[in-house]
Amino acid sequence: MRTVAEFRIEYLRHLSPQGRPLEELPAFAADNDELLKMFAAMLRARTFDAKAVNLQRTGKLGTYAPCLGQEAAHVGVGAAMRPEDCLAIVYREIGTLFWRGVSMTEVLLYWGGDERGNNFAVPRHDFPWCVPIATQTLHAAGAAMAFKIRKEPRCAVAYIGDGGTSEGTFYEAMNLAGARQLPIVFVVVNNKWAISVPIEEQTAAETLAQKGIAAGIPGVQVDGNDVIAVRDCMSRALEKARNGGGPTVVEAISYRLSDHTTADDASRYRNEAEVAEAWKVEPMIRLRKLLESRGVLDEAREQAMKAEFTREVDAAVQEYLSTPRQSTDAMFDHLYANPPPYLEAQKELARRYAGTGRPSH
Amino acid sequence: MPKVTMVEAIAMAQAWELAHDPSVVVLGEDVGKSGGVFRATSGLFERFGADRVQDTPLAENMIAGMCVGMAAQGMRPVAEIQFMGFLYPAIDQIVNHMSRLRHRTRGRLSCPVVIRTPHGGGIHAPEHHSESVESMIAHVPGIRVVCPSSPARAYGLLLASIRDPDPVLFLEPTRIYRLAKQEVADDGVAAPLDVCYILREGEDVTIVTWGAITTDVLQAAEQLAAQGISAEVIDLATVSPIDSETILDSVAKTGRLVIVHEAARNCGVGAEIAAIVAEHGLHDLLAPVQRVTGFDTVVPLYRLENDYIPSVTRIVDAAKATLAG
Ligand SMILES: Cc1ncc(C[n+]2csc(CCOP(=O)(O)OP(=O)(O)O)c2C)c(N)n1
Ligand SMILES: [Mg+2]
Repeated sequence: MRTVAEFRIEYLRHLSPQGRPLEELPAFAADNDELLKMFAAMLRARTFDAKAVNLQRTGKLGTYAPCLGQEAAHVGVGAAMRPEDCLAIVYREIGTLFWRGVSMTEVLLYWGGDERGNNFAVPRHDFPWCVPIATQTLHAAGAAMAFKIRKEPRCAVAYIGDGGTSEGTFYEAMNLAGARQLPIVFVVVNNKWAISVPIEEQTAAETLAQKGIAAGIPGVQVDGNDVIAVRDCMSRALEKARNGGGPTVVEAISYRLSDHTTADDASRYRNEAEVAEAWKVEPMIRLRKLLESRGVLDEAREQAMKAEFTREVDAAVQEYLSTPRQSTDAMFDHLYANPPPYLEAQKELARRYAGTGRPSH
Repeated sequence: MPKVTMVEAIAMAQAWELAHDPSVVVLGEDVGKSGGVFRATSGLFERFGADRVQDTPLAENMIAGMCVGMAAQGMRPVAEIQFMGFLYPAIDQIVNHMSRLRHRTRGRLSCPVVIRTPHGGGIHAPEHHSESVESMIAHVPGIRVVCPSSPARAYGLLLASIRDPDPVLFLEPTRIYRLAKQEVADDGVAAPLDVCYILREGEDVTIVTWGAITTDVLQAAEQLAAQGISAEVIDLATVSPIDSETILDSVAKTGRLVIVHEAARNCGVGAEIAAIVAEHGLHDLLAPVQRVTGFDTVVPLYRLENDYIPSVTRIVDAAKATLAG
């Protein structure tokens, strides 16, 4: 017998959980303003996230999927992408969305049960929120195919969770991307849990990055709580894809510090000690320490940033809460470009009985 | 007798079958340790262990396909699809294999599988969590579609579904999962499939319905009674195949038919019921059939969902329309 194929998965981390550089940092990390911008984006996402959970608890928002603990992965990806690249999200990645220009009010509208939240003012070409797990990976592959056919120097990025990698769709997307060498990066955010199912029960694979190998795609693991490493790793994968070098699977190792969603109670299936351990390596700590050691961040500056984001979030909440509900016509609007005439009668019926159902929020 | 909600009755029925039939296995996403996102498998993992109550990897096509394999080899899988909007990846296996393995092998292999899934809207859930697409599966030969409207019926119909030698899609109306408690004897007695249940007898108009909106239809019947109109309310219960006899008998008595469902109208199950009556009971009809349904649109996000789901007022008006003139 002889070995006909072998594979290796590399793991990238630039900062220790305590913020100590482990090796020479990538060039962008020499720019303190750039790092501060990333720190601010993480803080901004976290501030929004806490408020959104709170709004749900007080009945002002529907079910919401928090991003707590995964801010570095989301911001790192956002910072590595170009505006003209195309993003296919799942339901947690506000750090990337905000970086790309989606507004807080839009995010609130969506989770507040209003389709207008999917109509991003910026960027117009990104895909909307995507709840059916894994489906978005094929959309990103299709987008990448379009860029390739038109010879545009653009890339697609698809997010997926650890649980999502069990869906056949994910393999189909990777296989297509590999077979056609599409300009795409699959970002697997391995937050260790898929609702109540831990990663060890989800798969026997040692890493999720290696799931790309079978599709002929290189896979790499990165410390998803190290925003510098995520950005570095993503930048390289995107650069490669943009230059015709084909797809990459990036597995960002992180942890879901929150419940799965506001409808979930993780204490039913997950032990507190594990969560407490995860808090010790959460992503804000290490970047904060690095910036403090460089003398560009201190307690007062962080508090000032935090206060500014709180004001911004509050303003978005006001705007969201004062946005009038759509009329029943909205159900029919945008269903077809050319609506079949028979729907007019139903639209009329909906108007006539508007408000006769159970009280709405 | 314990008073239980529908979701508790569903867990009770599964526990009964797990305890009495060693071939029964409960499986699905988050059904084990966490007891299901709606708690419909609560306590089963602790009681029966990880072989009989399995958390699966996250993949619906896999769930449906593995059920075909398990069932063909003598197991009775009871699988949960977490929401009906996530049934779609499983449809290949359901349509191409689960529902026709018996037919293809001339009875040599079969698929005694139950696929349980939450059904319908009205709970302020996120996008894709409020689907009621029973007609998609009702169209498929070889599989039954069942939908209870009360805790007791859920218990009885689920037992019957698990014991049935063929596949059943068992729809659980989320809006009434916890709406009311009812005394349900945990005695392992199944309720028959393939028959409708008359929930309220009446003389003037027949209203056929199923699932969560049955609650609203019963309220409408109360309001109609107050206005001197006597409505007969029929719970379809087995959505496919349809028990035409009970419906036709009722229409022969009342001469009027209203069909109420939450799902969209176009090619909905209501159309099949109307066609049955047109074919076999046309001469009994004193007025055109009325359908009260969801609109032919995507189920809206939750701010508008209660304008999508037919209201009691709409049901009352439709019943009165059959009596007008
Ligand atoms: C096709 C499909 N099946 C099931 C669900 C229900 N569901 C929502 S999130 C989730 C777990 C996802 O876990 P993972 O992919 O790890 O992402 P995470 O939530 O951890 O970010 C499940 C089962 C769904 N949304 N879509
Ligand atoms: Mg996960």
